[in-house]
Amino acid sequence: MSDTLADNKTTTSGPTDGLAVLEQTRSAAETYGIPLAVLLEVTHRCPLQCPYCSNPVELDRGSTELTTDEWKKVLSELAELGVLQVHFSGGEPTARKDIVELVQHASDVGLYSNLITSAVLLTKDKLSALADAGLSHVQISFQGNEPVVADRVAGLKDAHKKKLEVAKWTRELDMPLTVNAVMHRQNLHQLSDIIQMAVDLDADRLEVANVQYYGWALKNRAALMPTVEQIEETSRIVEEAQARLKGTLAIDYVVPDYYALRPKKCMGGWGRQFFNISPAGKVLPCHAAESITGLEFESVRSNHSIAWIWQNSEAFNRYRGTGWMPEPCKSCEFREVDYGGCRCQAFALTGDAGNTDPACALSPRHEEIFKQAERESAGTQNRFLYRNFAGGTLEADEHQDKRNGA
Amino acid sequence: MASRNISVSETSRPKLPRHTKLKFDETRQVWVILAPERVLAPDEIAVEVLQLCDGVRSVAEMVDQLAEKYAAPREAIATDVIAMLQDLADKGFLTEARESTA
Repeated sequence: MSDTLADNKTTTSGPTDGLAVLEQTRSAAETYGIPLAVLLEVTHRCPLQCPYCSNPVELDRGSTELTTDEWKKVLSELAELGVLQVHFSGGEPTARKDIVELVQHASDVGLYSNLITSAVLLTKDKLSALADAGLSHVQISFQGNEPVVADRVAGLKDAHKKKLEVAKWTRELDMPLTVNAVMHRQNLHQLSDIIQMAVDLDADRLEVANVQYYGWALKNRAALMPTVEQIEETSRIVEEAQARLKGTLAIDYVVPDYYALRPKKCMGGWGRQFFNISPAGKVLPCHAAESITGLEFESVRSNHSIAWIWQNSEAFNRYRGTGWMPEPCKSCEFREVDYGGCRCQAFALTGDAGNTDPACALSPRHEEIFKQAERESAGTQNRFLYRNFAGGTLEADEHQDKRNGA
Repeated sequence: MASRNISVSETSRPKLPRHTKLKFDETRQVWVILAPERVLAPDEIAVEVLQLCDGVRSVAEMVDQLAEKYAAPREAIATDVIAMLQDLADKGFLTEARESTA
C-alpha cells in the first residue's frame, strides 16, 4: 500500500483546466463522452453593461427564457447523463427570481454548483439562502480595483462597492471565492492592485482573463485592445504574483490570442468537452456559437434529449475532430493540439467558421489582423459601446475618463 | 471561516470542507473529488483515506487502522498518509475540525 501512495499522485489537475483531468484518461472511443461540467446561461438579463460581454449581440429576451420547471428538467437530465458540475451564469443569474430554487434542485440531483455573478443584485439573505441550497462556489466579476474605472466599465454606479461587500459575505458564509478580472487596455494598469484586492478579499482563486474578441468585445475592440507592451508587462506581473502567492491565491491567466503565435484550443476543441445551454434552451458548443450564422442549434425544448444533441446534432459534429479542416490546419502538426483555434473567431474575422483561426500565425489572415489590432491598441478611441438589449448604447462623450459610469 | 494552510500531523482531525465533495461517479465508474471548477480523480488508497476523514478521527487513528488492515509498517503508512493529506490541504481541499465552530 505504501508504494501505491508514494508512486501515485493523489490528485491530478491540468495546467489550465482541472476539469480536463478525467478527459485525459478517456479512451479514444469515449472522446465525446458527456462533459464533466456544463455552463448554464439562465438569463441574458443583467444590470451591468460591460462592453466586452461574452453574450451574443442578439440577446435572448426574458420572455424566451426557459421556465423554472424547464431548467429543473434540464438539471435532472444533466445529472442523469453524468455531468458533475454546473455553472449558473448569464447575463446575471441572480436576475432570475427562482435562482435559489434552481440551485436547490441542482443539489437535490447531486450536481455541484458554481455561481458566476456580477454580485450587484445579491443581498446577504439571498446569498445565505443560496449557500443553504447547496451552492459550493462563488465567482464574482470585477471591472477594476476602484470605483472610477470599475463602475465606468460596468456602466453601473456603485457596482464596485457592492461587489466588495458581496465578496466579503461570501467568505463569511465559508464559501470559496474566485475573483474574475476581465482585462483590457483601459484597466490593465490596475492589475497589480487587482491581485492585491483578491488577496485582501481572501479569495481562493483569481482569473486574470484578457478580453476575447467576439460579439460585444469585437464591436469594442478599438477601445479595449491592449498594446503589445501592456501584454508583456501583464505576463510579467502575473508570473511574479503566481510565484509569490503560491498556496495563498491561485491565479489562472488567459492571454489575448491576438498577440499569440498559436491559437487557443478553444473550448478544448469544438464539441469535445464542453457545451452550454442558452437562456432560451439552445444547446451550444460555445457560449458565442450563436454568432455563427448558418448553423442550426437544437434546443432542450425539441424532441431530442440533451445526450442526443451532444452526440448527433449537425452543429456539434460540423467542426468536431480534424476531418473538417482546410489547409493550413489539415496537414499541421498542431491540428490535435489546438483543433484549429476558435470557430467563432474564424467566422467573425474571415466570414467562414471553417477557416483557420486568424489568431494562428499560419493563417493567411494573421498578419493583416494582427497589424490592425496593433493600430487599434495605439489609437485614442476609448469610448465604449455598452451592452444592452437595444443593440448597444455609445458612451456619452469623449471625456469619459473623468466620469463615473453611465 | 474555514482555516487554510493547515499543517497535517498525526494529531490532526481532518475533514473535507463543505465545498469539496467526494463522490462515486456512476457514469464513469470512478471516484471523484468535486471542488471549485475542478474534478479530481483520487486513486483507490486516497479514496480510502478520505473516507476516514470525518473530522472526528485523528490521523494517528487512521494510520493505525490502515496499518492493521494492510499489515504494513506503521511508519511508512504514516508518512504516505500525511503527505497525501498535506497535498490536498495545500490545494484547499481539506480542513480541520474546530471545537468552536458555530
